Amino acid sequence: MKVENFSERRLEIDGWPVNLTTYQIGGVFHCKADNVSPGAGLARTTGATREEAEEKALARARERLSRTRRHPV
Amino acid sequence: MADYAHPEVLVSTDWVAQHANDANVRVVEVDVDTNAYKEGHVPGAIAWSWTTQLSDTVRRDILNKHQFEKLMGDSGISNDTTVVLYGDNNNWFAAWAFWEMKMYGHKDVRIMNGGRKKWLAEGREVSTSEPSLAPAIYRAVGPDNSLRAFLDQVQAALAARSHHMVDVRSPQEFTGEILAPPGLPETCQRGGHIPHARNIPWSKAVNEDGTFKSAEELKALYGAEGIDGSKPVIAYCRIGERSSHTWFVLKYLLGFDRVQNYDGSWTEWGNLVGAPVERGASAAKTA
Repeated sequence: MKVENFSERRLEIDGWPVNLTTYQIGGVFHCKADNVSPGAGLARTTGATREEAEEKALARARERLSRTRRHPV
Repeated sequence: MADYAHPEVLVSTDWVAQHANDANVRVVEVDVDTNAYKEGHVPGAIAWSWTTQLSDTVRRDILNKHQFEKLMGDSGISNDTTVVLYGDNNNWFAAWAFWEMKMYGHKDVRIMNGGRKKWLAEGREVSTSEPSLAPAIYRAVGPDNSLRAFLDQVQAALAARSHHMVDVRSPQEFTGEILAPPGLPETCQRGGHIPHARNIPWSKAVNEDGTFKSAEELKALYGAEGIDGSKPVIAYCRIGERSSHTWFVLKYLLGFDRVQNYDGSWTEWGNLVGAPVERGASAAKTA
């Protein structure tokens, strides 16, 4: 199998930059959300369509990012 | 890759496509997210889990020599095998595995430049099947602890101001604004950084496609913060994998002789009672 339809895009969730990487392997779309800096993974999901995989990843990323506390410096 | 101090430790995705199934080559995927391999991987590659196979699962430590020999043997790797490592997150844990393999003296270990991301982005062939492996005999040497910094060494280095400390976390982790990467559980009691450390996030060493920046760019990046190889360097992050990436860059791409990875990192220092902590941005550069 070859990897198809690879794409990356950046968006912001709760003030945090998020990188969304999506690609297709066989009949499955895979999506990975990471937090850009430092680059740690937030979610890895699958779906029958790009939209489904990305929606799941964004929902999971949103949930995790909402728990991040900012401390006064 | 020719301008790097040790260009032989990097291979391109093209090289891997041509040589992944050579008899003396073993390709290993090492991911932060150990589920990535199952989605699809370089055909012929095996996977190592950093949590269960590259670390002791009881105490916090890397593998001991016996455990390491067993992992290599079970992976069909002998002392003269060419091992090519790659992984997600721009090779974070591939660099960790590289560091561990060098600690135990493996001669020919390389990293696939660009990692898993570049392989996928190039639309290359992937497989979901795991290769069957013939066990091999492996004899490790070491560990070479000159590549690793322990807490007492970091404390001594700080007291003597004998080393350059490089904190490779994000600026927000460095200042203490956040205690872990956004979205991840807080794993320390205090935020901030080791006093006098310079903040050079690991990600500044890579291009958008995941490959390493040129030797010239890397020299300028670290040189601008006074990291030029004139002093020994200790790199740290949160748990030691991002700093193994920077350790790789400094030691193998720039050729600095004395570079140690402090794998205890902030999850050790930021939990210590009485440890000195600096918050906010870096103080002015000092030699």
